[in-house]
Amino acid sequence: MTDAAMSTTAVKAGGPVNAVLNRLVIIVPYLWLLFFFLVPFLIVFKISLSQTAIAMPPYTPSFDLSEGIGGLLSGLKELSFDNYVWLTQDPLYFNAYVSSVVIAAVSTLLTLLVGYPIAYGMARAPTTIRPTLLMLVILPFWTSFLIRVYAWIGILKPEGLLNQVLLATGIISEPLIILNTYTAIFIGIVYSYLPFMVLPLYSALEKMDYSLIEAAEDLGCPPIMAFWKITFPLSIPGVVAGCLLVFIPAVGEFVIPDLLGGSQTLMIGKTLWNEFFANRDWPVSSAVAVILLLILIVPIVFFQQAQAKAQEQGR
Amino acid sequence: MFPHALRLTAATALASFIAFGAQAQEKVVNVFNWSDYIDSSILDDFTKETGIKVVYDVFDSNEILETKLLAGGSGYDVVVPTANFLSRQIQAGVFQKLDKSKLPNLVNTWDVINERTAKYDPGNEYATDYMWGTVGIGYNVDKVKAALGIDKIDSWDTVFNPDSMAKLKDCGVYFLDSPTDVIPTALKFLGLDPEDNSPDNLQKVEDMLLKVRPFVRKFHSSEYINALANGDICVAIGWSGDVFQARDRAEEAKAGVNIAYSVPKEGAEMWFDMLAIPADAPHVDEAHAFINYLLKPEVIAKASNAVFYANGNKASQQFVDKAILDDPAVYPDETTMKNLFTVGALDPKTQRNVTRMWTKVVTGQ
Repeated sequence: MTDAAMSTTAVKAGGPVNAVLNRLVIIVPYLWLLFFFLVPFLIVFKISLSQTAIAMPPYTPSFDLSEGIGGLLSGLKELSFDNYVWLTQDPLYFNAYVSSVVIAAVSTLLTLLVGYPIAYGMARAPTTIRPTLLMLVILPFWTSFLIRVYAWIGILKPEGLLNQVLLATGIISEPLIILNTYTAIFIGIVYSYLPFMVLPLYSALEKMDYSLIEAAEDLGCPPIMAFWKITFPLSIPGVVAGCLLVFIPAVGEFVIPDLLGGSQTLMIGKTLWNEFFANRDWPVSSAVAVILLLILIVPIVFFQQAQAKAQEQGR
Repeated sequence: MFPHALRLTAATALASFIAFGAQAQEKVVNVFNWSDYIDSSILDDFTKETGIKVVYDVFDSNEILETKLLAGGSGYDVVVPTANFLSRQIQAGVFQKLDKSKLPNLVNTWDVINERTAKYDPGNEYATDYMWGTVGIGYNVDKVKAALGIDKIDSWDTVFNPDSMAKLKDCGVYFLDSPTDVIPTALKFLGLDPEDNSPDNLQKVEDMLLKVRPFVRKFHSSEYINALANGDICVAIGWSGDVFQARDRAEEAKAGVNIAYSVPKEGAEMWFDMLAIPADAPHVDEAHAFINYLLKPEVIAKASNAVFYANGNKASQQFVDKAILDDPAVYPDETTMKNLFTVGALDPKTQRNVTRMWTKVVTGQ
């Protein structure tokens, strides 16, 4: 019998009242999803099928509940998929999606490379200092995200801290141009999202039974091999969770590329901003947002499945 | 452009303020103005004189303001859009007509400015000017002299010519990230009609801008104030008052950064920030009282003295600091004034072409 089947039996065994209660408990998250995800999504989706207009709000048709069902139906006829066709006609949107996904993917990989040793070190540290280390990872959140990103401008600019230190120590003779480049964006994303990578990795590594490593070493496995054969595979749920937690928000990131990146950075967040604010084209920007959501749903579903798997394994 | 993120929080905060204000039956006016655009003592004085509390919130781009206004129910009583945005917003039905019987101080306004703003708002029925200025070139005098060997910039050629831009690249050039300001200027420089955004003209501007683009460090509409003041960059296409603020900050810092502003000889775009009342403003009487207070000569002069922008109030000129009034970059002399041009609002299709071309220039795609 599978785990799922077993839990169903358990519910049945608890009697009909319990079953109803269990259902009710499940309804709460569904209501949450309905009101804070599905309803807003449907509104955005509806706007994406509308046309722009010089009006308040700047699109047509806008449904007015006072007009009743008739008004609603005549409005529905005016909706069309023109805006989605428009997105395919200009390579701008495709390029922006691709470049956002690439930037997010590279940043995620870099965050993993930086975050893994940190999480590993934390998990292997003496139990007494682990809470302190955990605190240190969370501590930067106490300062506004915006201010922390802004601080990087001061560090990275040509006359900034980093260049001053490097010039003074004679490592370089000309200031490095880092600010307003892709490098600066990667630094910004890695720095800002590092805790989201470290925390799930830490929780996966901390649960690990290190006697497995001892056993491997006793059997003559070199430490590096033991890491790749035992530690890393056991930490994969943490790696997946961390990567998705970094990748998903990084795709739509707007603030970091705007502050640290150069003008040449084409990302979907900025494209969406342009459509919405500069062109006042709420329908096209809604269409851009809907497509972005579809792109992101793939990794989210993947994440859900990985989580479910991890939970089953944990039982 | 970071304040967009902040704005959301600001809006929430404001919404709670409004709710609170309504409950307490306190007289309130909710003002939404540009950042760094007033002497804050004016707001305190207004409250002292009228007993109306001012809830003051700021924005840094017309687009943000416009989006809030178009969404409706912004809760603001007085807003300050730029005239070309205003004219389209009037069409969309965003504003209510000013009740001129409640604005006796309108007699102080300056006919020269009123004539020009009537282009956007015929009869000046919906709005009255707060400040106005030009789009010109702000620069670091010593660094430009070192790079180009000239004492002062007097032509758009400096920023639209690849040769001089190549020389300026290393010391840093910023362009406004604002197609509605840079494109008309570029058209004017090319000897074309700054209001003619036909595909042919846009193509010519695009070709010219793509040649200088590699030498532009960044397209941004507010960072250049600090960047100029700190000496991080040497040239910026920018708004007059912003450059003066950079000049002021540089002087205060005493780091030897010497900033100047130029209205180039080919001509420059003139813009007007207008005081207007949204159609759904919750406190209409208080809004009129606030605008009327700002139309007092000594009050608006105080604002000009603080922010280095010229205002649209003729009677205020006796109270404006002499240094500001006599500065042709702030209050241009008559010959310069003749060279200034205004541009109207764009229709949605042209706007799309303009934005698309601008994206291509800025990102290279």
